[in-house]
Amino acid sequence: MKKILAMLLALSMIFALCACGGSKEETKTETETPAAEAAPAAEAAPAAAAGAFKLGVQGPLTGGAAIYGTAVVNGAKIAVDEINAKGGIQFELQAQDDEADSGDKAINAYNALMDWGMQVLVGPVTSGSGVTVGAQAYADRVFCLTPSGSSVDCIADKDNFFQVCFTDPNQGVASADYMAKNYAGAKVAVIYKNDDAYSQGIRDTFVKEAEAKAVEVVYEGTFNESTQTDFSVQLTAAQAAGADMVFLPIYYTPASVILSQANAMGYAPTFFGVDGMDGILAMPGFDTALAEGVMLLTPFSADSQDALTQNFVAKYQAAYGETPNQFAADAYDAVYIVAAALEAAGCTPDMDAAAICEALIPVMPTISVDGVTGQGMTWAASGEVSKAPMAIVIKDGVYVTP
Amino acid sequence: MEFLSYLISGISLGSVYAIIALGYTMVYGIAKMLNFAHGDVIMVGGYMSFCAMSYLHLPGWVSVLVGMVVCTLLGIIIEALAYKPLRSAPSLAVLITAIGVSYLLQNSALLIWGANPMSYPPVISGTLHLFDGQLSISYVSIITVTACVLIMLGLTAFTSKTKMGKAMRACSEDKGAAQLMGINVNRTISLTFAIGSALAAIAGVLLCSSYPTLMPTTGSMPGIKAFTAAVFGGIGSIPGAFLGGLLLGIIESLAKAYISTQLSNSIVFAVLIVVLLVRPAGLLGKYVPEKV
Amino acid sequence: MKMKKKIAWSDYMTYIGVTIAFVIVSFLKKGGALNRSQLGLLVPICAYITMAISLNLTVGILGELSLGHAGFMSIGAFSGIIAAMSLVNVIPYDGVRMAIAMVVGAVMAGIFGFFIGIPVLRLRGDYLAIVTLAFGEIIKEILTCLIVGVDAEGLHILINIDGSKTASDLNLLEGGKAIIKGAQGAVGTKTIASFTAGYILIMISLIIILNLIRSRSGRAIMAIRDNRIAAESVGIEITKYKMMAFVTSAAIAGAAGALYGLNYSSLAAAKFDFNTSILVLVFVVLGGLGNIWGSIVAATVLYILPEALRSFADYRMLMYAIVLIVVMLATNSSKAKDLLDKLKPAGKEEEQ
Repeated sequence: MKKILAMLLALSMIFALCACGGSKEETKTETETPAAEAAPAAEAAPAAAAGAFKLGVQGPLTGGAAIYGTAVVNGAKIAVDEINAKGGIQFELQAQDDEADSGDKAINAYNALMDWGMQVLVGPVTSGSGVTVGAQAYADRVFCLTPSGSSVDCIADKDNFFQVCFTDPNQGVASADYMAKNYAGAKVAVIYKNDDAYSQGIRDTFVKEAEAKAVEVVYEGTFNESTQTDFSVQLTAAQAAGADMVFLPIYYTPASVILSQANAMGYAPTFFGVDGMDGILAMPGFDTALAEGVMLLTPFSADSQDALTQNFVAKYQAAYGETPNQFAADAYDAVYIVAAALEAAGCTPDMDAAAICEALIPVMPTISVDGVTGQGMTWAASGEVSKAPMAIVIKDGVYVTP
Repeated sequence: MEFLSYLISGISLGSVYAIIALGYTMVYGIAKMLNFAHGDVIMVGGYMSFCAMSYLHLPGWVSVLVGMVVCTLLGIIIEALAYKPLRSAPSLAVLITAIGVSYLLQNSALLIWGANPMSYPPVISGTLHLFDGQLSISYVSIITVTACVLIMLGLTAFTSKTKMGKAMRACSEDKGAAQLMGINVNRTISLTFAIGSALAAIAGVLLCSSYPTLMPTTGSMPGIKAFTAAVFGGIGSIPGAFLGGLLLGIIESLAKAYISTQLSNSIVFAVLIVVLLVRPAGLLGKYVPEKV
Repeated sequence: MKMKKKIAWSDYMTYIGVTIAFVIVSFLKKGGALNRSQLGLLVPICAYITMAISLNLTVGILGELSLGHAGFMSIGAFSGIIAAMSLVNVIPYDGVRMAIAMVVGAVMAGIFGFFIGIPVLRLRGDYLAIVTLAFGEIIKEILTCLIVGVDAEGLHILINIDGSKTASDLNLLEGGKAIIKGAQGAVGTKTIASFTAGYILIMISLIIILNLIRSRSGRAIMAIRDNRIAAESVGIEITKYKMMAFVTSAAIAGAAGALYGLNYSSLAAAKFDFNTSILVLVFVVLGGLGNIWGSIVAATVLYILPEALRSFADYRMLMYAIVLIVVMLATNSSKAKDLLDKLKPAGKEEEQ
């Protein structure tokens, strides 16, 4: 029996290796599928094949964080279609799944893209993956623009890594400043996810800045991946501590549970979120009345009236049947930023990744891009973006500026 | 008063664990396998009732029935396709197959419903306020606890009073002897899976009503916790699963409230380890001394 | 006598097989026949092979189901990273630092394995399994709170229990560096792991485990697995031999963790969760309990499988699940067995 088992395994290994080794020859057929997917307008495909930049996206497409990766891929696809339809710079897009991992899966996805011949990386989507892949891309000299990897460690010590989103400290400071200015004397409770670098990072700078600005933090509660179903204890404790404002530096999925549980126990403080909170109104089945009066600092609002945002939101809804969130918007902008930078640097698709990277690095601090997540975005050489966060409040199920 | 509300949220959380644990324990008791896909059947139950409510606009109780019917069928199908051929295989092989089924269900759900989390509309909304609003208990919690007690009592009665239930107990004692007594072992095991999966659907609805998010991975963590609860109470024992689940929920809540929210999970597991050292077969489990 | 020769022969074949595979892959690597994806898989494959053979010692040879093996891997990974990073200025040679890191990882995981083993090994069956799961989760939560930095004064370690501390609370001197930053895990690690280091680790683990199995102690361990009471009655010290297998298994997992951890510039404790333990368990069961060679092959194949399935895009993990179920059914179901028996030429029965 053992022998047969061993033989079976050996056979399947050969099969798997063939499939793996075969990918080299098959690169062409493989890449055409995502490219065709990326450009439903089939007429764009031949033009793309002639002289197109190979744009890679990597993020979680399966697993618990899949929502973020899928949103980024969808947003990027829309931007690529628009740019390709305009003529001029052409893009080919390929997305790979990294399961939001910070170790082997992240590098495997990156390597798969590199084998495809990626010239610029729009990603990684998550911070953990960003740090790992960033270090590798720095060594390989590949230009990276992450839509949503907000940790400072993503851009630290790397000249080739830029961000579209705010860094975590930036958000913590901005939130504390806003509270100090508009809610003087508020008693604040913080509920954050302590095994998530994004949440912990915002909380750290928020608490520090709150102390400096004399905003009183009366309670801090945490949760993690294993305990994110029930928040009634944290909410009861916050209520008992007399908090009239609850700061939630977390993503909208757990936030929606917190809102509904607070409502069920009759606790109604002002909830204050950050960019991860965006998307809560678009959750299927979510009762928007629960989010009445929730404040959030975010650079993107799907209800914004400017033409750029409306165009993007309409296209996204038509293509995917849902309202785009922060991640999709960041990715949409990211593709436009790459296009602007490539144009400014005068890059051509026949240049290799390293040459493009060296050409883009000096250009990035000089360009200014108008996107759906901010007007006149500019970059520091460190990779940090400069744009204004908007404070918005949810009224009657839509975002309005207070 | 705060202590009371911590306790109540613990009991409510514990009841959800207990219902899931009852499903685990039923299957384990008869088929002697750890069905790691149980948590994912819960997720399917949640999605089915969600779809029934949101897309077909059926009333809450009908959608619970829809979830139960689908999950029961799913349980029977999974059992027939994946577990039945492995009746005589080593238990670890079955365990790995169950893990494969768990991956399959999660990834199918991802393809069908997408990665976007759904917000589950509560089957029953509203809150009971006591002591001038100092203590509030949501109706969902009350229903969860009631349902949990009813299910536990019902299962106990079923296994000790009815013919089918007695057949189940016979199978769990000794399959060979049961077969000789004219019990159809295969059918009994299928029935156990059907009951376990129907329970999973109820657990799914109650889990999602109390903690309203629904994702393809919704079932996995509560599944592991409930497995822990089942072992805590003594796996294979129906009152044990109930007690284990309840205690697990209460310990988790109180640890969060009074010790540390960071380490609440660790504290739960540490208590589990200590209990198992004192009672190596769980709280209500039978300790069977080995004979030579 | 004949039996013994056969066993020795199969051991040598394992060493030779691994070496041949290493030589072939090295040649392919030198000749540039491997693309980046394949090159990137080499070190994690080595780490997971080592994990699989070490877990096989617990599950296959000792016969106890462990669901928390990733916990030992994470202890090894983080202690290995701390060791390698704090010695950056002292020892300039990457290879030496890598070796030290693996030894430190193995020793730390071994120590933890010993203390965890004391309660765990008193239990049996599924109760033992659930306690290993519990320890795996506890280790993960505590490592999430760990903050470590190094400067001229040496190591600074903080356990961030109440969540209020950050890397800046380490009060590092000028030129100091935070190695592990709580929830973010290890950040900015210098990657020094190599395929050669992976090969050496596999060979050392194989030598340790195969020699242990073939020794007097190994026979005692297997006697405990097959019949505990009979083993006890002939005077075998149950606790001692169980502990020997468990600690060895933990230590080797620690070394594998160090190899894995030093291959990536960032690593979060959340990576080593229940799912990673299960992944390794799948390698072991699919490769065959107690079959070391099987573990090596299964770890390689199953690790490559999801990567090879990348062309299926969205259906990738679904395919993986289906392959897993089908293989389990094909190798274990009684019907498939009958079919295989018919195909087998008569008279050539297995040694069992």
